[in-house]
This record gives sequence, C-alpha cells and structure tokens, in this order.
Amino acid sequence: MKKKNILEKNAALVLFIALLVIWQLICSVFKVSEFIFPSPIQIGQNLFEFRLEILKHSWVTFWTTMVGFGISIVVGVLLGFLIGSSKFAYDALYPIMTAFNALPKAAFVPILVVWFGIGAGPAILTAFLISFFPIMVNIATALATIEPELEDVLRVLGASKRVIIVKIGMPRCLPFFFASLKVAITLAFVGTTVSEMSASNEGIGYLLISAGSSMRLPLAFAGLVSIGVMAMSMYELFSVIERKKTAWAHRS
Amino acid sequence: MSDSFIKFDDVSHGYGDLPAQGKFAVENISLEVHAGGFIAIVGPSGCGKSTFMKLTTGLQKPSRGMITVGGNQVNGPLSFSGMAFQAPTLLPWRTTLDNILLPLEIVEPFRFDFRKKKGEYIERALKLLESVGLKGYADKFPWELSGGMQQRASICRALIHQPKMLLLDEPFGALDAFTREELWNILKDLWTEQKFNVILVTHDLREAVYLADTVYVMSKSPGKIVFKREIDLPRPRDLEITYTEAFTSIVHELRGHIGSIRSGK
Repeated sequence: MKKKNILEKNAALVLFIALLVIWQLICSVFKVSEFIFPSPIQIGQNLFEFRLEILKHSWVTFWTTMVGFGISIVVGVLLGFLIGSSKFAYDALYPIMTAFNALPKAAFVPILVVWFGIGAGPAILTAFLISFFPIMVNIATALATIEPELEDVLRVLGASKRVIIVKIGMPRCLPFFFASLKVAITLAFVGTTVSEMSASNEGIGYLLISAGSSMRLPLAFAGLVSIGVMAMSMYELFSVIERKKTAWAHRS
Repeated sequence: MSDSFIKFDDVSHGYGDLPAQGKFAVENISLEVHAGGFIAIVGPSGCGKSTFMKLTTGLQKPSRGMITVGGNQVNGPLSFSGMAFQAPTLLPWRTTLDNILLPLEIVEPFRFDFRKKKGEYIERALKLLESVGLKGYADKFPWELSGGMQQRASICRALIHQPKMLLLDEPFGALDAFTREELWNILKDLWTEQKFNVILVTHDLREAVYLADTVYVMSKSPGKIVFKREIDLPRPRDLEITYTEAFTSIVHELRGHIGSIRSGK
C-alpha cells in the first residue's frame, strides 16, 4: 500500500526516467548516430560541456520571455476587464481578437524585425503577442459569468460598480487568472524561441539554429532541455502561488 | 399614521415596456409597517414577491406610486436595510467571519473606520454567530458548512450593520422542516431583542403566521394584495402555539384566500 503511494506521488518522475532509459536503450542497441538522434547521455554530456554557453543563451531567452510575459499580463488583464465588464466592448472587441489570435505569430517576426531590428525587440513582442490572449479570455469569462445573486448582495447595500469589481470581480477572477498564467507562460517561451530562431544573435532559439546548421544535434537537444526546464519551473511557480492564493477554489 | 416606518402608496411596477400597456408585475400595492413591525407577504409562486422585494430595497424604482421608508422616498439602495436571500449567496473566497463583515466594508458610516474598529466589529460578528448557533465556525469557508448553517451565516450578514429594516426573501425555503423551525426561533429572538422592521416574503403560511404581526396575501399576475390579516396571537410565541386551535384556524383562513385566488382565475 505504501509502495503504491510513493509510485503515485512520483508518477511524473518515474515516467520521465523510464522514457529516458528506453530512449537510451534504443540509441545504444541500434547504434543510432548522434547526428541523427542523440542519446540522453550524449545530450547530458553536451549540457555539461557547453554549460556556460547554454546558460548565457538561456538567460537571454528567460529575460526576454519574462518581459514579454509581463506586458501580456498587463494588457491581457486590462483587455479582459474591459471585455468582461461591458457588453459593448465584448461585442466590439471579441471578434477582432479571435481573428487576431488565429494568425500565426511566427509570421509577425519579419515585420517586427523591420520595425525594431533584430534581437530582444521582436522576441519580447512575439512572446507578448502569443501569450496575452488566454489571459484576456480567462479574465473576461470570469467577469462575465459572475452570479447576479452575488452582485445583488452588494447592490442592496448600495455598493458602487467599483466596489462590486473590487469585492467580487477581482477575487472571483483569481483562479481563472492563475490558470491562464500557466498556459500563457509556456506560450511565451514558444514565442521568444521562434523569434530568436530567425531574428537574433543570442538566446536559445539562436543556439538551436546554429547548432542545427552545424549538425551538432546533441547541443540542439541540450538547448531544448534548457527551455523545457525554464518553462516547467515557471509553471510550477505559478501552481504554488495559485494554491496559496486561491485555496478556496480547490477544495478537497 | 405618523408612526408608520415603511409605507407603500398605491405602488405598481412592471418591467421593460409592459407598464405602458398597463401590464404590471405588481399592482396597486398599499401597505404600512409601523416602526419595529414584522410583516409577512405570502402568495403562490410567480405572484411578484421578488418584484416587491426589489422595490423595497430600492434596486427597482416603481413605475407608479410612491414608497417611503423612515419618512423619505426610496430612490436607491438603503444603507439601513439588510437582506437575506433564498440562497445563502455567501462569497466562496471569504471565511464565514469575513462574509459577515462584508456589509461593514461597504455601508456608511462603518466603512470609513472599518480598519480602525475591526476588532470591535469582529467581536460583534462572533457574538452574532454564537446567537445563531455557529460558534466555532467563523474560520470555515462556506463550502465547509451545511445548507442550514450557510443560511444562518447569511442572516448574520444581513444583521451585522444593525439595520433598521430586515428584508427576507424566502430565506428558509430550501431548508428541512426542523432546521426551518429552529431558524424561525432564532429570527424571532433576534427581532424581539433588537426590534428592527422585518418584511418576510414566503410561501409558508405557518411561518408567516408564527412570526409576523400582519400577514398580507398576494394574488398572482398581476400581483395584488387581496387580503390582510392581523395576527393577534400573544407574544412571546413558541412552537407549541403552532399546534393550537387559534393558530391553525388563522392558517386555514389564509389558505382559503390563496385557494380562492387559484380557482378564481
């Protein structure tokens, strides 16, 4: 019984290690060339050997992503409040936003390069463009679905619209907000990397392209590992804050 | 007539453009409640009881007629009224205590010194919680309470800012019979102690007769007051009275009026 619990608690880790072992076995048994498909050990060796290089590029990717993500929180929350609290704004903005969200954000990179040159500018903006939408939609949905009975409780007491938003709108949005942050942060890393791949001389996206073009696949995979680790860490961070701040929504 | 605290003067109300066609949800309502009085409004569902409540709270302005409370015409929500709804409507992210303190964060003059006097207010809330049998539940979240407990907390919330007028919109409707009778007594005791005005909207005749000084019977579409009955049962009342001849005959009499509404239309 106790054994089963330990297994259940660490299910993700166990699966991860199992996959690595299978991966390593396939590469070793079939003697796959590292130029085609590097094994976990080779990737690990590259991670260690080029750790300073990878760390430097990771840092660039990390801060540009966080700046873009910060902008998308501000814009997403503001637009979400606007759309969620006004029927007129909802009708006017929602179709345009949906159409915009359907556009491939990678297609914006060349345009952004013309406007801002290569480097951090396009990366930050691509991260922003790709990640503000889920935040906006979640906030708008949270506000638009407030139970009218809860609003009545405050209205009977003579509360103004502003007080109703502070006392009901904002707390009710929080679980939706954190859920959207977890989606948005992973998207933001995608945006930064995509932009760096074609419009930067630094960052993990750049590392991927240059390693790929010189057939150093273990290094490219090491770059992917680095992004994965960063995105997962941020995701976990938001999960922890979410559990602390919105315990009421996660009853057990 | 000068001592009437709440006064409806030939009030009619309808929604949208229906009043222009002479169609109202409630029609020609006139009633008076003296200061500290307890009235109950009974009627079948769909008789405009909720509309009546919205008019009294000031959430809706009447299409015709005038409502005065405490000598002033009602033009919007009144800070000296407290309300409990059919559903407990507690905010799920607040503990029971914080839910009860909510009106003090909103209603003047309490909100201006809320921070300064918070300790005093918490004490008041805890006392109120104790009086409804919720001692020790202050730090629980609403979903950790049963339906009856949530409704008790909701009544505490309606009373925390010591309103002069308590509006109850079928607050015991969703509870089981035993919990309901227990809450009748809690409400009765609070009212006896504090003497606020109560308007209780209900479809439970026994509840109305047991608690109120005056019972009004409303008819269905349009909602009109068709019958008014002073309840002259002696106070203090206890649940034994509900089994007496006098009590049942009043309930029976009121029931007759509701029955005739149904067969009449």
